[in-house]
Amino acid sequence: MELFRLGIHEIRELLDKKEVSPKDVLDSVFSRIASVEEKVKAFVTVTKDRAYDMLDDALAENTILSGIPLAIKDNMCTKGIRTTCSSRMLENFIPPYEGTATSRLRGYVLAGKTNLDEFAMGSSTENSAFHTTKNPWDLSRIPGGSSGGSAAAVAADECIAALGSDTGGSIRQPAALCGVVGLKPTYGRVSRYGLIAFASSLDQIGPITKNVRDSALLMNIISGHDPLDSTSAPVTVPDFTASLGRHIKGLKIGVPKEYFIEGMDRKVENAVRDAVGKLESLGAIPIEVSLPHTEYAVATYYVLAASEASSNLARYDGVKYGLRVEGKDLIDMYMNTRAAGFGPEVKRRIMLGTYALSSGYYEAYYRKAQQVRTLIKRDFEEAFKTVDVIATPTAPEVAFQAGEKTEDPLKMYLSDIFTISVNLAGVPAISVPCGFASQEGGAASLPIGLQLIGKHFHEQTILQAAYAYEQATDWHKRRPEL
Amino acid sequence: MHYEAVIGLEVHAQMSTETKIFCGCLTKFGSEPNTQTCPVCIGMPGALPVLNKKALEFAVRAGLALNCGISPMSRFARKNYFYPDLPKGYQISQYELPICEHGFLEIVADGGLKKIGVTRVHMEEDAGKNIHEGAGNSSLVDLNRAGVPLMEIVSEPDIRSPKEAAEYMKKLRTMLRYLGVCDGNMEQGSLRCDANVSVREEGSKGLGVKVEVKNINSFRFVEKALEYEIKRQIKAIKDGGSIIQETRLWDSDAGITQSMRTKEEAHDYRYFPEPDLAPIAVRQEWIDEIRASLPELPDAKRQRFVSSYSLPEYDADILISEKPLSEWYEEAVNAGGQPKAVSNWMMGEMMKLLNEDGINIENCPLKPEQLADMLSLIDKGTISGKIAKTVFEEMFRTGKDAESIVIEKSLVQITDKDAILKAVDEILAKSPKEVERYRAGEEKLIGFFVGQAMKLTKGKANPAALNEILKRKLSDK
Repeated sequence: MELFRLGIHEIRELLDKKEVSPKDVLDSVFSRIASVEEKVKAFVTVTKDRAYDMLDDALAENTILSGIPLAIKDNMCTKGIRTTCSSRMLENFIPPYEGTATSRLRGYVLAGKTNLDEFAMGSSTENSAFHTTKNPWDLSRIPGGSSGGSAAAVAADECIAALGSDTGGSIRQPAALCGVVGLKPTYGRVSRYGLIAFASSLDQIGPITKNVRDSALLMNIISGHDPLDSTSAPVTVPDFTASLGRHIKGLKIGVPKEYFIEGMDRKVENAVRDAVGKLESLGAIPIEVSLPHTEYAVATYYVLAASEASSNLARYDGVKYGLRVEGKDLIDMYMNTRAAGFGPEVKRRIMLGTYALSSGYYEAYYRKAQQVRTLIKRDFEEAFKTVDVIATPTAPEVAFQAGEKTEDPLKMYLSDIFTISVNLAGVPAISVPCGFASQEGGAASLPIGLQLIGKHFHEQTILQAAYAYEQATDWHKRRPEL
Repeated sequence: MHYEAVIGLEVHAQMSTETKIFCGCLTKFGSEPNTQTCPVCIGMPGALPVLNKKALEFAVRAGLALNCGISPMSRFARKNYFYPDLPKGYQISQYELPICEHGFLEIVADGGLKKIGVTRVHMEEDAGKNIHEGAGNSSLVDLNRAGVPLMEIVSEPDIRSPKEAAEYMKKLRTMLRYLGVCDGNMEQGSLRCDANVSVREEGSKGLGVKVEVKNINSFRFVEKALEYEIKRQIKAIKDGGSIIQETRLWDSDAGITQSMRTKEEAHDYRYFPEPDLAPIAVRQEWIDEIRASLPELPDAKRQRFVSSYSLPEYDADILISEKPLSEWYEEAVNAGGQPKAVSNWMMGEMMKLLNEDGINIENCPLKPEQLADMLSLIDKGTISGKIAKTVFEEMFRTGKDAESIVIEKSLVQITDKDAILKAVDEILAKSPKEVERYRAGEEKLIGFFVGQAMKLTKGKANPAALNEILKRKLSDK
């Protein structure tokens, strides 16, 4: 049996029945990594030796995750394990502490730290300072980003499941492009303590998994208020697996007209419309809704995220940790360090954000963007007065060719056009596989993602709908050939 | 033409919380460098701040005592700038919505009372410290102080002279110490001050160009720095020049202010709301609780000391200057000490001994009841006021009670007339020449006889009885 193919709950069952041993699971996953990682390049660091060393301790925890190998995006601090953010700046940074989300994954075994766009800024992993991760469905294409490493590792079966982080679509877009399930929780649902900040008011950690049940299962584990994160919400955490398998008869599904736009990939549009049809056949009621401020989302996002990033990344100054490039004086050292440590996209956003916050521009950019953010939030509140879930495409197109958009940042930014509003509004959303787009010339078909957006702290509802859809379709059973 | 100064002060007071404002590290002063740090205050990637509720409470306490309104909704903001002692590259401070606003502090000016407006009180974190000695060409950074809570108390430009500025600082320090929110230790940097100064023609309503003077770290320097800066500005104007808006640094060794940066070179701090901290909502009930827990403040206490204990203003002023001193005083009075006598002994002997030993009132080895007991021995005539000084010092040094000291050292006053008579007879017999001269009219020699008799009785003779007997004997021819 190819154990690496399985998800968390399937492995758990086999382990509990003692049909396989925990070592079998590790052997299977690490041999899979050994055979495909060279092609996929999902990881920055593979932690194989440590995984075997830690196995006994992991089993002693006796949890649902005990002995199960997961991959963690390399922007979450793992104590004693290099955490790079795929940046030269932190190439040799070993955190002295563990973040909250990963410390809640008691009993898990770390398979490795996955690649990302430097500091989570990008939509393809091409901004990684180390290497670009390949889309397991077509190695000439990108896996999406910024959690491209985690999504590719899950799709290529190099781990059982993974954690990613999502600031403007960084879990959902790569999940869609890699044909796996990715969930961005409500802002405040999962602690950010230990997540290396890109944009504090938007960042959120979430699961990337092979199926919806595993997504719910990981949500049960990582969610909940954390006294170390003031923005984590003191709300009770339901059992997210409880709603799985419930029918969706009468569930009102909003279809926003602003998300089916001119110029989007016809195959994506058709797949998503078919998916809405499938949900309707399961008893859900599609209703057209409007999110009128959608067209301002990308601009709003790039002002706010860049503003926060310009401040969040100020700590990388060569003084305390990370890269230092000496100079003739202090200012020189600062400039040499930051010139050498950050890649072009990070520098671009730091400059953008610094500009937007500068005196004389603050009102026109930062303040205005905050006001628009409020309007976007209201759009969702308004829509959710009439519907339970909103269905949209996750990304406007399927995985694109490596190098296709690297010369045009604006084009790259538009990859997140359907995911960004969700972060601005703080609501939860999940991406599930909803079809494949065939390519010309006999190349492998490429996955398409359906995004289901929910009300604040209503992850159960989108999980319920996603699960119903998943159970009624076979998309999630397909695997790339590697 | 006469000029007047317009001064506003920005005082940074370190809050005396046990732990830092956004993490659990200790705030203790003087520890080994970088031993009171954690991922949060070092600015590690991924670490997040969590507000110390005590710091919020302290800021509210100060705000209430300074007659401020407490904002029901307040926010932190990031102040962005690069410096090695600032680990995150920004300081978490408050900008648009400070916790306290629109208060005042009353000071004594020109013999009357004057209200100095308090624009705002806000919370922020302190930075670390750069150390330039002992590292060759490089500098070292100590982050023990990074994240220690500060209150920034900003006054209105209501101050008109360096003396008023010093008064304001002193009053503020006393107030903060009363509230227990800041230890006011200027040597350790617990209280630091920047001043905004401009000058204008007396009687004019407009404001001159303002200069910010930084690095003023003692009461003495507040006055000196401002005096210097005001003179400098007046001279510049009288010489036909003009003042430029700039930041100047007070150099206490040279006694001058020096230009640090002009307006054009000023930082753009790019303030924006701190996204890692939710807005602070303060409930009215909590504010009321804090208000109810405020101690009696210095002004009220001074008035009460004057009216209840009939103390002169001067005495009351000194006694209330430190809360523990005023408490010591009241305990002594409550233990039966006569109010003015207690005040005299405290301001005289006790202050002298405390100063000599370099200890503060909190560590005074003498208990208030001991002073009260000693005073009652004087009242009863057991010891004389003169002997009491010896007793007092002995109590202070040994911690023993007045009564045991008096017995141990046999210091009981001799009031027995026969005993005094005997001593007088002995003295007069020994000094026939002086007796003759006295009787010849050299009456100031009485002091000599008193001295001799006191020496003989080891100072224990009741002075009044001695005087009376001496005079009688000397006039007996």
